[in-house]
Amino acid sequence: MARIVLTKPDIDRALKRIAHEIVESQRGLDGLIFLGIPTRGVHLAKRLARLVADIEPQDVQVGTLDVTMYRDDLSIQSTRTTVATEIPATGINGSTVILVDDVLYSGRTVRAALDAITALGRPNVVRFAVLIDRGHRELPIRADFVGKNLPTSTSERVNVSITEVDGSDEVSIA
Amino acid sequence: MRHLISTRDLSHAEAVGLLDTTIDMVDVRSRDIKKLPTLRGKTVANVFFEDSTRTRLSFEAAALGLGADVMTFTAQGSSVSKGESLKDTLQTLEAMGAEFIVLRHSNSGVASTVTNSGWVESHIINAGDGTHEHPTQALLDAFTMRARLLGDDGRGKDLGGISVAIVGDILHSRVARSNIWLLRTLGATVTLAAPQTLLPRDIDEWGVSTVSTLDDAIDLKPDVVMTLRVQKERMSSGFFPSESEFSSLWGMNVSRLKRLAPTALVMHPGPMNRGLEISGEVADSPQSTVTEQVANGVAARMALLYTLRGDSR
Repeated sequence: MARIVLTKPDIDRALKRIAHEIVESQRGLDGLIFLGIPTRGVHLAKRLARLVADIEPQDVQVGTLDVTMYRDDLSIQSTRTTVATEIPATGINGSTVILVDDVLYSGRTVRAALDAITALGRPNVVRFAVLIDRGHRELPIRADFVGKNLPTSTSERVNVSITEVDGSDEVSIA
Repeated sequence: MRHLISTRDLSHAEAVGLLDTTIDMVDVRSRDIKKLPTLRGKTVANVFFEDSTRTRLSFEAAALGLGADVMTFTAQGSSVSKGESLKDTLQTLEAMGAEFIVLRHSNSGVASTVTNSGWVESHIINAGDGTHEHPTQALLDAFTMRARLLGDDGRGKDLGGISVAIVGDILHSRVARSNIWLLRTLGATVTLAAPQTLLPRDIDEWGVSTVSTLDDAIDLKPDVVMTLRVQKERMSSGFFPSESEFSSLWGMNVSRLKRLAPTALVMHPGPMNRGLEISGEVADSPQSTVTEQVANGVAARMALLYTLRGDSR
């Protein structure tokens, strides 16, 4: 039985707040690049980039970071299909990268993402924004911007639906 | 997918998936840092009982590009001359840590024999067995066609609607066989053009059409003309009267190229006999994909190694 924990207005509010926090923490927005982790992180990154540009009209760039080949669980998982990595043509050197994902859990995806970023260049700063932090970290990793902290047990499943992929905005626990 | 012996074994979804992963590997190879950590700590053994330049180096580059270690075995200068068997050779390499065995052999069917034997646990990749198959060549060829003809829209798509003429020494060509099976799976139309002496006897059962001259094949305006190397080393008797006759009847030259659409591709798996099956001008023309095929080969083999890795026992 799924229990809804965030509705569409909740998600909108959380993303708006994160956008404000990003603007506040980043004096001026030069060289800001949102890199979404597929699948849902990519769309959340696009939304955040739009929201940030609405607050302080500047050009923020958006990209996609596929972390599949950098994962540490490749030998215990069946093959995942890779997705295109798309970064701005000017590269990521010297920029501020905001990594975006839907759920933060073990922290292993973020670790893989940091390796993937290193292979692409050297940003000045990397920050991490996530819609749901559900705890149970297995690595010393934390998010800089969190939509909602959601205490869960490891036996529960957190399902994030977003309109671009699933047809509606909703977070539920099952 | 644990091994790759024949392109006949690939489903439509597996084949398209491999081509899609190849796109991402091409992207990695265009970066400053061309290496991924995906196979770190794994060992790929290249086991070549038959000579090769590009396939061996390409597999080596692919394995290194994924962070694997590489062991290379060539039959010359090895204990094969002391009578060591294939089984013992492979078991020796596995005892040294190999988890992927890339196998080339001059006898057809060797790769399949090894996977069915239970001699070794490794992933087996057929890198060419006699006149039977060369599946990774077919993958890189299909990738090259899709990339050139469909461009950035290619991801997720097969080769439906694309017509391919395969020309020349079909009889001895494992490249032709692997290509035919894969191209059919991907929905392309295949026409073969070869002298009667260089067509296999069971050609009627291959499900492809044949024409009797290269000029007939050109008149069909194919999207791709795939020329094949005339394999002199596999020819014990006269399959055609003379090289000059072969090149005038069956060689891809400029006047034939001009009769194709300007977007049509000319492919060759290499090594080329310039002036025999393909003229130098055609090989160096913008419609030729020869060097792209080589570059794509590394990416296609990276995609394969990555995909096989997921199927661990």
